[in-house]
Amino acid sequence: MTGFADILIGLSLLIGALFTFVGSFGLLKLDMPMKRLHGPTKAGTLGIGALLMAAMIDSFLSGHGTIQHILIMAFLFVTAPISALFIAKVHIHTGTCQKPPQPSEDSQWATKAVVDTQET
Amino acid sequence: MARTALRRLLPHPALTLILILVWAILNSSLSLGTIVFGAILGILIPQATVAYWPDVPRGIRFGKLVSYTLLVIWDILVANVQVAWIVMTKTNAKMKSTWVNIPLDIKTPEAITMLAGTITLTPGTVSADLSDEGHCLLVHALDADDADAVRDDIKQRYEARLKEIFE
Repeated sequence: MTGFADILIGLSLLIGALFTFVGSFGLLKLDMPMKRLHGPTKAGTLGIGALLMAAMIDSFLSGHGTIQHILIMAFLFVTAPISALFIAKVHIHTGTCQKPPQPSEDSQWATKAVVDTQET
Repeated sequence: MARTALRRLLPHPALTLILILVWAILNSSLSLGTIVFGAILGILIPQATVAYWPDVPRGIRFGKLVSYTLLVIWDILVANVQVAWIVMTKTNAKMKSTWVNIPLDIKTPEAITMLAGTITLTPGTVSADLSDEGHCLLVHALDADDADAVRDDIKQRYEARLKEIFE
């Protein structure tokens, strides 16, 4: 029984390491700033998720099991999109990406609208 | 009168419950002391933050929220593998990354926040901006042949479900 759990922990660690690696590799390989933003989303979701899963199984095996790891995952999932959103907003501001299309409703994207009011 | 007093004490009842639960998990215990201190936090924190979140979301269907969460976790797993494959095998020149403009049917801030978060968490798409009146969402897709297909997929798969949950 312990053998099976050990295999499960090993597999989770491998999957986590693999996706964290692909995320970092993507960050290096991709050429445009907005494309690069896609690399770390993998490390932040499945990479961290699988590593925490391994830690959680291990904590249950060693006798003092906790589900605190789920909290780490929950906080990451809540906060990661915010930082991604802010990086994307910076790219829109500084113009280091393709120009986004006009919104089909309303007059302007919120990030641009702030710039316009400051300029006038 | 009693209702308004209760409102003032607990501006966000669900947030209070979540804070007690988080505090109990953080301490890994369910003792009375943990619950009481969790309750103190659960009363003080919503009161301190109510100025930034004045409207209480109503009529949230929690059953559907759970099934939505499971669907998103499954999609994250599938999309992770897909995007890892794209990153490892496709050259930069062959990747067609585009902006996608998504007109929104959902109106409540909580639902839009959930949708934007879901889009960013599923690899391959990042939500980048909201239009100034909040009727459109700007999404960046890493490799999409057809921007309209991405838009329809997100609208059907996530937005329709969020509309049922929040509105």
